[in-house]
Amino acid sequence: MKNEVKIHEVDPSLNNRRSFLKLSGLTLVGAGLVLAGCSDNDNDDDGNMQDNTLPGIKNGVFDLGSGDFGVLTYAYALEQLEADFYTKVVNASNFNATFNDIERQVLTDLYHHEVIHRDFFKAALTGALPDPGSQLLPSLAFNYGSMNFNSRTEVLATAKALEDTGVAAYNGAGKLIKSPDYLLLAGKIVSVEARHASAIRSLINPNSSDFAGDDVINTSTGLDVAKDPSKILPIAGGFITTKFTAKYLP
Amino acid sequence: MNILKFIETFTDDSLMKSTGSRRDSFSQFGNIGKNLAFAAIPFGLSAFANKALAADITPTPATPIGALQFALTLEYLENEFYAMALDSGVIPASENGGRDLKVFQQIAAHESDHVKFLIAGLGGTMSANFVPKPTFDFTVGGAFNPFGDYPTFLALAQAFEDTGVRAYKGQAANLISTPDLLTAALQIHSVEARHASEVRRLRGLKGWISNAERGAGMPTATQAVYDGEGVTMQAGYNTASLFGAAAGSEAYDEPLTTQQVVNIANIFIV
Repeated sequence: MKNEVKIHEVDPSLNNRRSFLKLSGLTLVGAGLVLAGCSDNDNDDDGNMQDNTLPGIKNGVFDLGSGDFGVLTYAYALEQLEADFYTKVVNASNFNATFNDIERQVLTDLYHHEVIHRDFFKAALTGALPDPGSQLLPSLAFNYGSMNFNSRTEVLATAKALEDTGVAAYNGAGKLIKSPDYLLLAGKIVSVEARHASAIRSLINPNSSDFAGDDVINTSTGLDVAKDPSKILPIAGGFITTKFTAKYLP
Repeated sequence: MNILKFIETFTDDSLMKSTGSRRDSFSQFGNIGKNLAFAAIPFGLSAFANKALAADITPTPATPIGALQFALTLEYLENEFYAMALDSGVIPASENGGRDLKVFQQIAAHESDHVKFLIAGLGGTMSANFVPKPTFDFTVGGAFNPFGDYPTFLALAQAFEDTGVRAYKGQAANLISTPDLLTAALQIHSVEARHASEVRRLRGLKGWISNAERGAGMPTATQAVYDGEGVTMQAGYNTASLFGAAAGSEAYDEPLTTQQVVNIANIFIV
């Protein structure tokens, strides 16, 4: 069987959240970093991958499906997370005091862009899925644990991780898309995610090369990160409390 | 001379004689080469030889090799531009406490890496698919002074990076049959976008493009880089509906066709 990428099998996955925070550069408290349910079968032969599995409930759990609808639904899940995060950021009680003018402008723009992306995917999928009533990914629920939305450091570090993850996710998903039109749409979005990542990194460490830092851009090829869904979902899933699976994506 | 002429020179000389193993020519690309070898690539690229990238002739060959060659030419342009800028000293070492110099050293390193990566992907400099570097004139016959005037350098850097983002996006469909090449192109594409965002922010702009605005201080001649960026209808969804047209257009970067990019690049090719 292909990947058993199960997001959030039981309850808010502390381990996954820790891994996410590690990615974001925040200090971890405690130990036991395990990616629950994460498959490492990256190099599996994709020949057996079902390409026409529609999103929807399977064995009682929503699965993202495969093919173009699967990839779009995967993107919709990630955009839901980003949109929810920035909505909480700009609505935090001390938003105006926590961030300076430039930072507020950037974070407000990101809030706008990600909400637009989320609603775009919802509209596009609703219009394109054969039976959106059963095949449209529901609105997901999120839990950010103890994260302090009035902490500049925590918000920017999480934003950086989210944007870098978004870039890696879209870069990795492009090859899974069959339709040139959908591929172009993903391309239109991923470069904006990369612009975001650059800006957030620049806010965190302005006098540096971090906007396209050696931690994400390969120092011999000049290539950004690209990751399969099975590598992305355990990371993003740390904040997602709604159970879903991605058994038909690599 | 323009981009058409240099394409013609190499194609006439080498591409027509391309009878060797395409698999061999891509061996340096590892898995990418392996996959490309199995992809359906028209072997006789004579159509490309005479028509591709021609400013006055369309269309672009919708092939992976064509896309890589096209990308390499753009990377040549960016690489030489930043190398010349760093050599010229136009970037003040003290600007923003040294930030600007660090930024452009990093960008220059990436563009140099991209040139090497794409040459390797095309099979090396001896490959029939290799395209040589054109001759650039970043002063455009003396109209610009990018290596003597820092604001001009910054403006051209922004134009090149924003062009790069749109250009790679426009090639994505040409790479859809070669998944590994597509992924590599996407991995360069997002780096160009990171660059573009930072250069724009150094110039006091947002990191993203609002409507079809080239932004304050950008020469009128760069407007072609931004025309068509103000789209607010994506797959039938009105992206302006929630927060207005500026936010809606910012949230999506638009592609440029090969023809459009050629027209921009030709300005700097002599």
